[in-house]
Amino acid sequence: MLIVLMGALLLAIGYVIGLYFFDSALAGLIIALIVWGIMNLVALFQGDSIILSMSGARKIGPQDHPRLYNVVEEMKIASGLEKMPDVYIIDDPALNAFATGRDPNHASLAITSGLLAKLNRDELQGVIGHEIGHVKNRDIRLMLFASILLGSIVILAWYASRILFFSGMAGGGGRRSSSKSGGGGGGIATLIILVLGLALMILAPIIAQIIYFSISRKREYLADASSAVYTRYPEGLASALEKLQTNSTQVKNANKATAPMYISNPFYKKGMAVNDLFATHPPLTDRIRILRSMAGAGYAEYERSYQQVKHSKVVPDSALTTEPSMPMRQASAQAEAGEVQEQIDRTRQTSDLMWKMNNYRTITCENCGTRLRLPPSYDQPSVRCPHCGHVNEV
Amino acid sequence: MPGVIAGIVIAVIVLIIILIYVANYNGLVGLRNQVKNAWSQIDVQLKRRYDLIPNLVETVKGYAAHERATLEAVINARNMAQSVASAGGGVGERARAEGELTSALSRLMVVVEQYPNLKANQNFLSLQEELTSTENKISFSRQYYNDSVLRYNNKTEMFPSNIIASISGFKRSEFFEVQTAGEREAPKVSFVTPPSSTPPATPPAPPKA
Repeated sequence: MLIVLMGALLLAIGYVIGLYFFDSALAGLIIALIVWGIMNLVALFQGDSIILSMSGARKIGPQDHPRLYNVVEEMKIASGLEKMPDVYIIDDPALNAFATGRDPNHASLAITSGLLAKLNRDELQGVIGHEIGHVKNRDIRLMLFASILLGSIVILAWYASRILFFSGMAGGGGRRSSSKSGGGGGGIATLIILVLGLALMILAPIIAQIIYFSISRKREYLADASSAVYTRYPEGLASALEKLQTNSTQVKNANKATAPMYISNPFYKKGMAVNDLFATHPPLTDRIRILRSMAGAGYAEYERSYQQVKHSKVVPDSALTTEPSMPMRQASAQAEAGEVQEQIDRTRQTSDLMWKMNNYRTITCENCGTRLRLPPSYDQPSVRCPHCGHVNEV
Repeated sequence: MPGVIAGIVIAVIVLIIILIYVANYNGLVGLRNQVKNAWSQIDVQLKRRYDLIPNLVETVKGYAAHERATLEAVINARNMAQSVASAGGGVGERARAEGELTSALSRLMVVVEQYPNLKANQNFLSLQEELTSTENKISFSRQYYNDSVLRYNNKTEMFPSNIIASISGFKRSEFFEVQTAGEREAPKVSFVTPPSSTPPATPPAPPKA
């Protein structure tokens, strides 16, 4: 329904553009539809790869990071997804993850190396479950199209306001001089249309953004519920979200740094906002509170807990009637103790992966077991261990 | 004239009944296929576990050769489970054998705690990750299977689809249930807590039919 509203907004802009520049509302509508249509086609076939390459994500296989790959596969099994989504890593200390793709069989998940190093297995499961939830609930396509719609609105409004501005500079609107309605009586009507059009062009991107965010927010809660159902362990996601919360300053900075690019390049914004775990999301405190107060791990329990916190409904009725209520499981043994050692291992595992992706080689010293990292440009046949002095063959 | 109207009414009613039948029948088929598919998922993961165990036992043997009893228990449980699988055992039978294997494995993992050298072995660490994940995958695929069975069974029992189910021979499916208390969760493969003197393994109760 919100999508329809956004579509109406797009058409309204097209209408005003047509009325003002070409004296024909139809022409404007057609332009708006053509822009939207082209962008849809691009999104359908290239959208996910554009987003992934924009965010600098790299595809990984089962050997590159067994833990991540395994967790994704576990969640794929738990959700009953037919095809294993592609797994990507973004080399970025910020804590973030998103899912994209055109349908459940063409889906991709991406996670930043920062988040990967920060989460234990249960928490990672929660986050991946959330993203798989987006895939399974078909949010990824909805979001892809919503962001395309938003992109079209922004593009049209931007160009229209530029042209308006420059033709205004050129002296009383050169284009208008050729119009047939340009008599004395038409002056006021033209002015009204001009003012309305200007207002619409300025406001439309803002309105569209608001609508877009509210679509996204609802789906976030639903994906949280799905994550709880798949993992049977809402605490995992809750504690992962808590980690994101304590780290939010860092991410805000990252977003501010990239913000200027948003305005001029909607494709980039789309990439950042598709299913970003932060930007378009409901307050983390609410999400954590809902997850923590769940009495079980089913959709029904999530709905009850959501109503307590937000006093409204979130889960569609169809899911509530067919899904039985479900018991929770306990924490996996790994999460219990030795958190520090585990975190060191995780960080090392992740950084190893990032080095490897940059074509660094890692060898282990035969004498003392120290790990030596060789840059891609290293071409000597042997290397001396800085720790014990043993000379290793490369 | 009234005959024509009556005829139309009857035709409409018949059409509606046929539509209901088709919709419910297709729904049942869809759910039954989902159950079958979920079962094959479990099967894949159980086979993966059979393949992992010999490797694991070999690696552990190199460091902890005198834990023979525990290692043999794992091997036996594995062979037992595999033979039940290849003999085409039913859901309940297999759940029981696999439960046995799971508890033998978790006993082994507790024993392994006492060998720090083994825990530093790179090969063992990657095996451990594989095993942990395979155990998780087994329990997640079991979870999905049981959810699918529940949905399917509900459909076969609820009105009006129960009538269609009984006409067309849709039978209830069996749950994959291992009923030990600690069994719904991933097995405790604990590498960080100090070795416990009492292994938490209790043999699984007979599965619910």
